[in-house]
Amino acid sequence: MIYFDNSATTRCADEAVEIMKTCLQEDFGNPSSLHGMGAKGKDYLKESREAIASILKVQPKEIYFTSGGTEGNNLAIKGGVEAKKRRGNHIITTKIEHASVLNPVKAFEKQGMEVTYLGTDEYGVINLDELKAALREDTIFVSIMMVNNEIGALQPIEEASKIIKGFNKDIIFHVDSIQAFGKMKILPKKMGIDIVTVSGHKIHGPKGSGFIYINEEIYNIMVPQILGGGHERGMRSGTENVPAIAALGIASKLAYEKLDENRNHLYSMRNHLIEGISGIEGVSVNGHLDENSAPQIVSVSIKGNRTRAHVILNALQDNYGIYVSAGSACSSNKPAISETLKSIGLEKDLLERTIRFSFCPENTMEEVDSAIAALKELVPMMQL
Amino acid sequence: MTYQAFLIKYSEIGVKGKNRYVFEDALVRQIKRSLYPVEGNFVVKKQSGRIFISVEGEYDYDEAVAALQHVFGISAICPTVVVPDEGFDAMAEAVIKYVDEEFEDKNFSFKVMGRRANKQYPMTSMEVAAEIGARLLDAFPEMHVDVHKPDRIIYVEVRENIAIYSTEIPGPCGMPVGTAGKAMLLLSGGIDSPVAGYMISKRGVTLSATYFHAPPYTSEQAKQKVVDLAKLVAKYSGPIDLHIVNFTDIQLYIYQQCAHEELTIIMRRYMMRIAEHFAKENDCLGLVTGESIGQVASQTMQSLNCTNAVCSLPVYRPLIAFDKQDIVDISEKIDTYETSILPYEDCCTIFVAKHPVTKPKLEAIEKHEHLLDEKIDELMKQAIDSVEIIKVQ
Repeated sequence: MIYFDNSATTRCADEAVEIMKTCLQEDFGNPSSLHGMGAKGKDYLKESREAIASILKVQPKEIYFTSGGTEGNNLAIKGGVEAKKRRGNHIITTKIEHASVLNPVKAFEKQGMEVTYLGTDEYGVINLDELKAALREDTIFVSIMMVNNEIGALQPIEEASKIIKGFNKDIIFHVDSIQAFGKMKILPKKMGIDIVTVSGHKIHGPKGSGFIYINEEIYNIMVPQILGGGHERGMRSGTENVPAIAALGIASKLAYEKLDENRNHLYSMRNHLIEGISGIEGVSVNGHLDENSAPQIVSVSIKGNRTRAHVILNALQDNYGIYVSAGSACSSNKPAISETLKSIGLEKDLLERTIRFSFCPENTMEEVDSAIAALKELVPMMQL
Repeated sequence: MTYQAFLIKYSEIGVKGKNRYVFEDALVRQIKRSLYPVEGNFVVKKQSGRIFISVEGEYDYDEAVAALQHVFGISAICPTVVVPDEGFDAMAEAVIKYVDEEFEDKNFSFKVMGRRANKQYPMTSMEVAAEIGARLLDAFPEMHVDVHKPDRIIYVEVRENIAIYSTEIPGPCGMPVGTAGKAMLLLSGGIDSPVAGYMISKRGVTLSATYFHAPPYTSEQAKQKVVDLAKLVAKYSGPIDLHIVNFTDIQLYIYQQCAHEELTIIMRRYMMRIAEHFAKENDCLGLVTGESIGQVASQTMQSLNCTNAVCSLPVYRPLIAFDKQDIVDISEKIDTYETSILPYEDCCTIFVAKHPVTKPKLEAIEKHEHLLDEKIDELMKQAIDSVEIIKVQ
C-alpha cells in the first residue's frame, strides 16, 4: 500500500498512539477534577500547550484546544466577526478557502454582511494589490489560508498582514494553517497574524484534535462558540479531550523537531514526481512547480476520455495499491467542482480530471517511483 | 402491548382459483424465510383465507414487522391478540381488555368487524359485531359508533381461537416470490436496474443477476456497490446468484473496431448475449433490464429494438414507461437510492461516445458487428469462462 493522501489525513504517529493509550487507560482523570488524577490530566494539557506555544513562539495561554480544523475555523470566524460586528460590516477572504472557512463567512453574508472574495493568479496565489484595494473603513475581518489544500499554493501571509495592519490594526487577521503547520515555520507575532487554526490529524496526530491560537490582545473580545463550564479560559467549553490533546502535542513536537529535514525530503519527492510524470502526454501539474508551492502537495490534471478523477484514483488503488485523492478530499464524497481549480483558470474539461498526491515524511522515493510507473502505464490506457 | 401473533392478509392471491394453495404455500415459505434471521420462535400456518404467525416467548416486534414488510404477497400485517374460545362473554371481556390496553385515549369513533371462520359458531358475524360493539359502549362511554367513517375498526375473528386486532400495517402487496419462474436481471450500479429487479420480483419472479465489470476502468468499489445493491434487492427477492463478468477486453475490442457513436448499442448487444447465456444456464425464463424509453441514447425505441434483437428469451422491462422521478421515488422507498448514487462509475458510463447514435438501424448495426468477427467469439468465451459468481443473501 502506498498512501499519498496525507493532506486528507495522516497515519497517527506511534508516539502519539502510545500517549493516547496511557491517557485513556491509566492517566484518565478529568483535568477539572481536584484530585491527583485530575492534576495529571491537567499536566498533559499544560505540556501540550507549552510545546505548541514554543513552536509558534507565543504564550501558552494563547493556545486553545479544539476538535480540529473545522471547529477552529468556525470559532475564528464566528468568534472574531461577532466581536467586531459593531465596528463594521465587511469581511475579506479568498475564493479558494476550505469549506470550513467559506461556509461560516457565507452564513454572515446571508445575514447581511458584505464579503469580498479575492481571486488568485494561475498559480493559485492571491494578488496583494487586490487585497489592498478591497480593504475598507468598515472591514473587520480578513481570513486567508496559508497553504491551499488542493494545489499547495503558498499565500504571501506576512506581506498580506503588513497591508492589512498598515491599513487598520483593528482588523482581525485569521490564517487557516491546517495544511501549513508542520511543513513551515509559523510565527504569528512576527507575521502579524491574530488567529491561527491547526488540525491534528494532518500532522500524524489523532482525528478530532486541533488547536487555535488567539492573540492575547483580542482574547477579551472574541465570542466563544461553545458555552458551558468555561474550559479553555471560557473560549471553548467541554471536558478537554486529554488523549487527543496530549497526542497533538507530541505530533507537533515531532513535526518541528525535523522540520528542515522533512521539508527537504518532501520537496525532493515532489520534484521527483513532477519530473517523472511531466513526459506523459496530457498530464499537467497545477500551481508553481518549484519551491514557491508547498512541499507536500502535487495537483495533477490529466486530459483524456476516461480520466475523470474517480476513475483514475480507483484504478490506482485497485491495480497498484496507490491511494490518492480527487482534487480535494474534504467534500464528503460529493463530487463538487473545485473553486480553487476554477480560480487558477483550469480548462473546464480538466476540473473533474484532477487528482492530488499529498506526501508525508514517511513516504519514500521508491514509492514515488512506483506512482510514476503506474501513471505511465495507466494514463495512456485511460486516454483511449 | 405484547402481541403473540400476526394475522397476515394477502391481496391478489385471494382471487386465485384452484391454484390458490400454491400461492399460499409460497407465501408461507417466504414469510418463514424473512423471519428466519429475526430472533424469536415463529410458527407460520395457513388458516382459512389468512396466514397466522404465532410467536412464543420474547421477540423483537419492530424487527419482525420490518422483515414481513419485505415479503411480496402480503397486503397487511395485523398485530393480533389471541384468546381461547370460551364463550361469548369471555370473548367480549377480551375485546374490552384489548381496547383498554391498546388505546389510551378512548375518545374516538369505531366500528366492530366480526368474521366467523368457524361456521358452527352460534352467532352470525353481524351479531358478533353488534353485540361486541354494545359491550364496548357500555365499558367505555366516551367511545361512539360510526359505521361509515370510523376512526378505528376493531376486528374480531372467530376461528379455533378468537383473534382481535385493529392495526393493519401495509405490506408490499404483489405475488410471493417463487410463484412465477426465474429471470436474469442485468444489474448495474445505477438507480434503475435495482428498481427493475424489485418490481419484477414483486410479481413473484425469482432472480439471478449479471453485472459487467471493466477493470481498470471500473473499480473494486463499483463492484462492491453492485454487490450491496444486490443485497438490498435480495431482501425482497430472496437469494440472488450475482454473475460478475469481466467485460474489459470485449469493451476495448468494440472500441477499437467499431464506430464510436455505435459503441453503446453494440456493447449492450454483447451484454445481452452474455446475460442470456447465463440466463439459459440458470433456467431463467427471461431477462430483466432497467431500461425506460428515451432515458438515454441506448434506450430510444430504435435502440431497444437493436438490443432486443440478439435475445431469444423475452426481455422484461418493468420501468419502460416510467419517468426518472418515478424510478427515484421507488428506489428511495426500497432503500437502494443512497447506494446507487455513490460516485463509482460503471463500464456503461465510462465508455460513452460524445454523440451516440439515437436512432440506430438494426441492419446497419448487424453489419457493423461483423467488424468484430475475428476475435469476438473468443473474447466472449473468455468472459463467460472467467465469470465470478457471488451468492447474495
